[in-house]
Amino acid sequence: MKEIIIISGKGGTGKTSVTGAFASLISNAVLADADVDAPDLFLLLNPSNQKIYSFSGGKTAEIDKSLCTECGRCQEVCRFNAITSDFAVDPLACEGCGVCVWNCPSDAINFKERINGEWYQSSSKQGLTFIHAQLEPGEENSGKLVTLVRNEAKKVCEESDCSLILTDGPPGTGCPVIASLGGADIALVVTEPTLSAIHDMKRVLELVKHFGVYPLVVINKYDINYELSGKIYNFCQENGIKIAGKIPYHTDILSAQKAGKSIIEYGNKQLTDIYKSIWDSVLKSLNYSN
Amino acid sequence: MNIVIASGKGGTGKTLVSTNLAAVLDEKQQVRLLDCDVEAPNVDIFMNSLVESESPVNLLVPAIDHQKCNLCNQCGQVCEFNAISVFGKQVLVFPELCHACGGCTIACPENAITEREHATGIVKSGKSGSIKVVSGLLTIGEAKSPPVINAVKEHIDNNAINIIDSPPGTACPAVEAMRDADYIILVAEDSPFGFNDLKLAVKVVKKLNIPFGIVLNKSDTNYPDVKNYAYENDIPIHIKIPLDRTIAELYSKGELLIHTIPAFKLSFLKLFEQIENRLKS
Repeated sequence: MKEIIIISGKGGTGKTSVTGAFASLISNAVLADADVDAPDLFLLLNPSNQKIYSFSGGKTAEIDKSLCTECGRCQEVCRFNAITSDFAVDPLACEGCGVCVWNCPSDAINFKERINGEWYQSSSKQGLTFIHAQLEPGEENSGKLVTLVRNEAKKVCEESDCSLILTDGPPGTGCPVIASLGGADIALVVTEPTLSAIHDMKRVLELVKHFGVYPLVVINKYDINYELSGKIYNFCQENGIKIAGKIPYHTDILSAQKAGKSIIEYGNKQLTDIYKSIWDSVLKSLNYSN
Repeated sequence: MNIVIASGKGGTGKTLVSTNLAAVLDEKQQVRLLDCDVEAPNVDIFMNSLVESESPVNLLVPAIDHQKCNLCNQCGQVCEFNAISVFGKQVLVFPELCHACGGCTIACPENAITEREHATGIVKSGKSGSIKVVSGLLTIGEAKSPPVINAVKEHIDNNAINIIDSPPGTACPAVEAMRDADYIILVAEDSPFGFNDLKLAVKVVKKLNIPFGIVLNKSDTNYPDVKNYAYENDIPIHIKIPLDRTIAELYSKGELLIHTIPAFKLSFLKLFEQIENRLKS
């Protein structure tokens, strides 16, 4: 079983469009969306038969006013300013560390499981199993939810006759990305020839290296700035990173999204050929990744 | 005044809006531009700021006095994050899992735990013309961005207009950046992905109970969903930035729109004027 994770560093470079296109090209794989706080892959996969499960990534404190003597010990020990001046817990500030709970001399603070989101098992319109999730907006522990999504995808893949997991990843380099990378076989970094995207690509490639995952780069909208596309080529060459392909700027990519379709389903022949060749290149690298 | 530029989806144009807004206001007011997208900070690229100082961001993590430790594992029992625990004949600390809550130092009956600093990032501060620019950078391999975001926000100047570039998403890093805002601008992309993530971002902003409005990027007259949603929910769309390859090309080079397309100067001034008016009423 192999896992390909699509990441980018900078957001909005085209991770989900690329994942959606690949999903239209494969017949036997489990799909996953690890961008749990802003998941969009479902908009292209149009999932059905959805099973919904709740996710709890931690606990939260709650003060029982009838027992509270307002002694102020909780405010003293809380490092997250989560206890308000009138002795209530601000749920958005509460880190779930529990320090106030066991320091309260009146046992007035309860520590409750906190439901931070949902995860889903469904079937994509191609008939592939699709594991995705939605973190409750404003919540913490997105890393734990990412790990859960990946573990469930692995479980399904092991149980069925499947050898590949394709995962749409989150932007950035922090906790959800770290949770996405460990144990993956290939990290496909989607970038653009913009100064910002290149800066963030370099950062995320460092992280990929840190985790010992095999890196690949795709340049999206390569023709909006040839000079910078050249710089991406040079950087990758100097660092021994393979470029899986390049995609031109094309308004059909956005039109396909607006039609709820991947670019392959949308039927643009030129782009379909490009995506097919990128996917072939990814599959070839998969054989060398370990 | 603190104006936070946020979005659910990444790459909708947060940095485009924050840098152009800062530059256009600089002619009239004292402005600070704070880059809180510490996992992927890009403000400096557009502002060409000269970095004047750099300071580390440290988290307090437990340090064990092995002479005093009697391996009772009280620390391991209270830690909700599995960042400290007794294994065999030693106690192990995992700084990357530690949330710096200080619980273990209080719980240890032998007073064997103190705290040491663990570097998680840096804050760079500098100048671009008369604008003070402060950016945070999360160290590669570190998981938690909120402490670095808070370190950037310590540079908020109450006498200035602080423009705060938020990370994308709707989880704790975005919440940390948005907290204490007087106004939030949600930059939305006029597309199904942009629309889905805008609705998620609106949920967060409503929980925080902060006034907000939309800047619509890659605006498309043939896609009505975002505009209808804003209208139905009484959310103002302050300005629209069209879907235009020229803008993408300018952006790729790290150039500010207001310097190349003068009409945008008026747009961004209008954006600020509308925010001021909304905050007055």
